[in-house]
Amino acid sequence: MKKLLLATTATALMTGAAFADGHANTVKIGVILGFTGPLESITPQMADGAELAMKEVTDSGLLLDGATVESVRGDSTCVDAGAATAAAERLVTSDKVNAIMGADCSGVTGAILQNVARANGIVMVSPSATSPGLSTAEDDGLFFRTSPSDARQGVIVTNILQDRGVNSVALTYTNNDYGKGLADAFQAEFEAAGGEVTISAAHEDGKADYSAEVGALASAGGEVLVVAGYVDQGGSGVIRGAIDSGAFDTFYLPDGMVGTKLNDVFGEELNGSFGAYPGTDSEGAATYGEMAKAAGYDGTSAFSAESYDAAALIMLAMQAAKSSASADFKDHIFDVANAPGEKIFPGELDKALKLIAEGQDVDYVGASAVELVGAGESAGNYQEIEFSDGVYSTIKYR
Amino acid sequence: MDFLNAIVALANFVIVPGMAYGAQLALGALGVTLIYGILRFSNFAHGDTMAMGTMFVILITWGFQSAGISFGPLPTALLALPFGIALTGLLLIGTDKMVYQFYRQRKVKPVVMVMVSLGVMFIMNGLTRFIIGPGDQRFADGERFIISAREFKAMTGLKEGLAIKTSQGLTVVTAVIVVAVLFWFLNRTRTGKSMRAYSDNEDLALLSGINPERVVLYTWLIVAALATVAGTLYGLDKSFKPFTYFQLLLPIFAAAIVGGLGNPLGAIAGGFVIAFSEVTVTYAFKKVANYVLPDALAPDGLAQLMSTDYKFAVSFSILIIVLLFKPTGLFKGKSV
Repeated sequence: MKKLLLATTATALMTGAAFADGHANTVKIGVILGFTGPLESITPQMADGAELAMKEVTDSGLLLDGATVESVRGDSTCVDAGAATAAAERLVTSDKVNAIMGADCSGVTGAILQNVARANGIVMVSPSATSPGLSTAEDDGLFFRTSPSDARQGVIVTNILQDRGVNSVALTYTNNDYGKGLADAFQAEFEAAGGEVTISAAHEDGKADYSAEVGALASAGGEVLVVAGYVDQGGSGVIRGAIDSGAFDTFYLPDGMVGTKLNDVFGEELNGSFGAYPGTDSEGAATYGEMAKAAGYDGTSAFSAESYDAAALIMLAMQAAKSSASADFKDHIFDVANAPGEKIFPGELDKALKLIAEGQDVDYVGASAVELVGAGESAGNYQEIEFSDGVYSTIKYR
Repeated sequence: MDFLNAIVALANFVIVPGMAYGAQLALGALGVTLIYGILRFSNFAHGDTMAMGTMFVILITWGFQSAGISFGPLPTALLALPFGIALTGLLLIGTDKMVYQFYRQRKVKPVVMVMVSLGVMFIMNGLTRFIIGPGDQRFADGERFIISAREFKAMTGLKEGLAIKTSQGLTVVTAVIVVAVLFWFLNRTRTGKSMRAYSDNEDLALLSGINPERVVLYTWLIVAALATVAGTLYGLDKSFKPFTYFQLLLPIFAAAIVGGLGNPLGAIAGGFVIAFSEVTVTYAFKKVANYVLPDALAPDGLAQLMSTDYKFAVSFSILIIVLLFKPTGLFKGKSV
């Protein structure tokens, strides 16, 4: 009995030591996304994307002398700034993450940036916050995004509508930073190009009834209804009401509205509607799609590729700085993301890590053709989609 | 012709959706008001009771659908409704035995009961998400429209379409039937009378030999039926998502209070007042005005009294005004 006890204690001590050893060489990246809330149907694929990149790096064993990268998930809820801040605070102070991949929605991203990231000096790379406001937010050089600002999307929407000869639209947006930002950016751009926005009406998410909004939109009229909302939330509710009452037949769907759920919920009813969401026809996107398939999730889901890229950028910058501390690697994100250097596609993170360790430059292209501009945001590539036979498919890249 | 177009446009975007939404709110508010009147507390768990009831109905509907049972042009969910009501009834009675009874026997203050119902709300909220998930669920089938906008235009030759969804028609018809049965029950049957007696004066009711536990039991059963019917109709008309049902609680309470808490007639009136105030005050009358008024007078703007952002402000302003001038609500209820 005594021997057994002794052996157990010894083993316990040894494992303890082994754990401690492991911890010394672990890099933790917080994945803060709205696992509940308006984006809950696309966030799992986003987290999978980020974690796929982390697994790739861990398996290569090349990051900072064989560090293991660990993902710690947190729920941003997408809409509740208080809850998101608390989740981020927990990741930073108790889980001690080295960087944050997130958040997803613009409002909570801004809140986390100001309350947690800047306060603790933690780098944040958001895959999907697109509010133009974040371009000018004070960030101490800590904030980056692999998604483009909606100012860019406003131009894209205008181009697509005008190419189709649409000159008069009604506009509804979800009443938050993302919706308002996109709606304003689009309206300014569209009117400057000679188009007419008959009404710009906000809708609240998660409400019981959208008849009032649909009524006002229908009364104002327009050839197309632009729905700057969320697919899991009011956006779908407004579309449902507009189709049922015969107010509009054709819809323009910006990034937050594109999701396979549309096929399931509306199908044929959306035939002829169109839209665009970030995406690229670069070979990286295809490679990433294959990798995601092999890993068992849908890599074409909105912002999944951007999430992979966000996580990859964080880790490559760490390698370039030879440190996992945010203060050290925040200045290296631009270097690894942009030219000059060898182009890096998804699945080639091991090659990139090796090149950086050898002191060479890399130009991370990744799954979404990342090119950082301005204050550290993606220049933006969009794929135009159109509904026919009840499903949407990509028809063009812009 | 223009005048007809104006009426149709108004009907399509204001009257029909307002009626359906009003009926849904009225059914929800009836449940809240009954509990307030008879059990004497504001039941915050009502929205989530509706969600759970609807969840049962959805699960059974899916069972029917996969077994190939359908209800012709009507949604299969109607067939599943009685089973859903039975399950919800069991759930509510179980909750009462496990939670509310304990506090009722101690004769705690109403505010304690309200807090207890808040706890029940969170548990039901979690259970619903745990069982059916937080996302949207679709369970509507059968014919979608009684008349669609396109058919109406072809039929009448008018420029404006009028769409009436099956779910909207069904909601109004069911609401009328349910309300009629409820009033008959409350006014004509022995159990209904004993419930009203218990509501009016608990001590007198006890003296005259009314069994309080029986009254409580029947109340929960009726509430279960009302909540399940309201939730299912709402789900058929819009969509089922647990979070939306939780949010429904606010307009439902507003409806019950405007009408007069504890007064069933008031709950119905309140439901329609809230629904129509949300839809009409924020409606852009441009289209209607363009049809009715001569060209010279037609408005350039949207002719919208308030932007749709303010629709909740409207219903709550009405709530406050009513409470200021008639603290017991439009119909004489109990003062809050």
